[in-house]
Amino acid sequence: MSTESIVVEHVTKDFTMHYHRTLKQMAVATLRGLPLKEEFQAVNDVSFTVEQGESVGLMGLNGSGKSTLLKLINGVMRPDHGVIRTRGRIAGLIATGAGFHPQMTGRDNLFLNGAILGMSEPEINRKFDEIVDFAGIGKFLETPVSHYSSGMFARLGFSIAIHVDADIFLADEVLAVGDRPFKKKCVEKMQEIRQQGTTIFYVSHATASVRSMCDRVLVLESGHLNYDGNVDDGIRYLQYDDDDDEENGLEGLVDSELGADI
Amino acid sequence: MKAADKALQQDKLQAEIDERGRRENAAARARALAERKADSMPVVHGFDGPRLERHVDAEMIDPAPTGGIVEVFQQRYLLRLIVGRQLAQQYAASVLGLLWSYIQPGMRFLVYFFIFGVVLKTHQGTPNFALRLFTGMVFMHFFTETWTKATQSIWSNRALVLKMRMPREVFPLASMLTALYHTGPQIVILVVTAAIVGWHFSMTAIAAGVLGLLILLAFSTAMALLFSALNVLYKDFQNIVATIVQFMHFLVPMMYSYQVIHNLGEDHQAVYQLYMANPLAEAVLLMQRCFWLPSVHNPSAYSDMFPADLWERGLIMLVLCLGLLFLSQKFFSRVESKFPERL
Repeated sequence: MSTESIVVEHVTKDFTMHYHRTLKQMAVATLRGLPLKEEFQAVNDVSFTVEQGESVGLMGLNGSGKSTLLKLINGVMRPDHGVIRTRGRIAGLIATGAGFHPQMTGRDNLFLNGAILGMSEPEINRKFDEIVDFAGIGKFLETPVSHYSSGMFARLGFSIAIHVDADIFLADEVLAVGDRPFKKKCVEKMQEIRQQGTTIFYVSHATASVRSMCDRVLVLESGHLNYDGNVDDGIRYLQYDDDDDEENGLEGLVDSELGADI
Repeated sequence: MKAADKALQQDKLQAEIDERGRRENAAARARALAERKADSMPVVHGFDGPRLERHVDAEMIDPAPTGGIVEVFQQRYLLRLIVGRQLAQQYAASVLGLLWSYIQPGMRFLVYFFIFGVVLKTHQGTPNFALRLFTGMVFMHFFTETWTKATQSIWSNRALVLKMRMPREVFPLASMLTALYHTGPQIVILVVTAAIVGWHFSMTAIAAGVLGLLILLAFSTAMALLFSALNVLYKDFQNIVATIVQFMHFLVPMMYSYQVIHNLGEDHQAVYQLYMANPLAEAVLLMQRCFWLPSVHNPSAYSDMFPADLWERGLIMLVLCLGLLFLSQKFFSRVESKFPERL
């Protein structure tokens, strides 16, 4: 039996870019006939449904609206039009920098982040050692996170998110910051929660990684959902403008095995 | 002949340029390739065997929080952590720490007492003037601290607001609770002082205190929500708030008696109504009714220190403040979706 886990119906998100913030700038711009603001559609009429336990790869070039879509599903943003419905607890990390407070120590951020992700106090206490262990930040636990390296930052963030007993797990570029051994650990852990029937929403440029992780691929192009289907066709669909000699030859093959960016 | 020579030379030059271009191109491509390999994702193959099925009992819901301040109070653990964080942040790298929350109001109290009580002698005819002044100042301080801190709260927590899902009302509310935490000990001092001076219990006094507190809380929460959202849209609002806060202490009857305002109202009815429309003036009067009046020797002699319609005004004010709170919440929910692009 499968049930719907994420339903996205005709979702649109507009951004308004305000070019001028002070009265003086606005006056000057008006005199010169420059626009004061501009609307910009990051996500445009996107609809899809994800079943519980499915793992979906979201692909697309930079700026195609992937992160915005992820934020909408996570509930950080609200769509301007359309409806999003999710079932169960959502965990995951959106965009690099895990939403930590720079002046707080790693420990405080761990508790705060856990609470924001919906964990209760006993639940965090129970998983505390495991989280710290996985993140491998050891003695830096009592240091403000502003002193962390970007890798440590990402490791702690990922570690908290993955230890939430979530029904839906969202993963974005956070993974791209860690070093190779940590990335491997993360991907293993993601395979593990995938095995447990958690819905996974995975944003990545790495074709080979998506191929091994996902059952289905969505491709966004400048806000439009242009492909929704099986993984191999999705990756082929994306590679349309990547036909360089080197990359189609032996090196290209190696490249894709390693899971390089598109 | 010469023309052909020239053409040949040009071809040769062109070929050289092409060759160099190709080489540079190849180098750039190789660099790009190397870079990609360096950050490539490792591939881990999935486990064999059937995948487990996970049954989720929950309903399909909107992932964005929509519960407003009600939802904030449901997530008390999160609220507690955020209040704790704000307190820690306020006293980071300060030697006197929490004491600063008492030094500033304490100094202000002494100055006001000296200027109004000793120099201008507004306390003549007002027994226990110090208690009366202190009563007003404790609650005014609570409001000004809430308002100032809450106005900046969303802006200064934008790292969290932008990346994590939670009811954003948690930040202005946490500012209010932080202010309440600071006010707690001051209220204790107030109660102890009142008891020493000779406060005696009456149900009317308690009722006035409760009504005053409710007005104050409703009004503070409403202003906290409203201005935290406005300040995201236009940062001018934190300056507006700072400006108003500077003279707000003078707009409630605590340094001078209510009689002065009442007498003013005889000639300028509009000014009187405007003055009394301030929920803080009403709240301060109710608090004085609670703490100060029962402490004086002959309370019935001082009935002209309060408006005759104190209770009616109080109840109407409470309803108005609750209405304002409701509208502020509506406004907050409406502009909340604009926060990500404005921060």
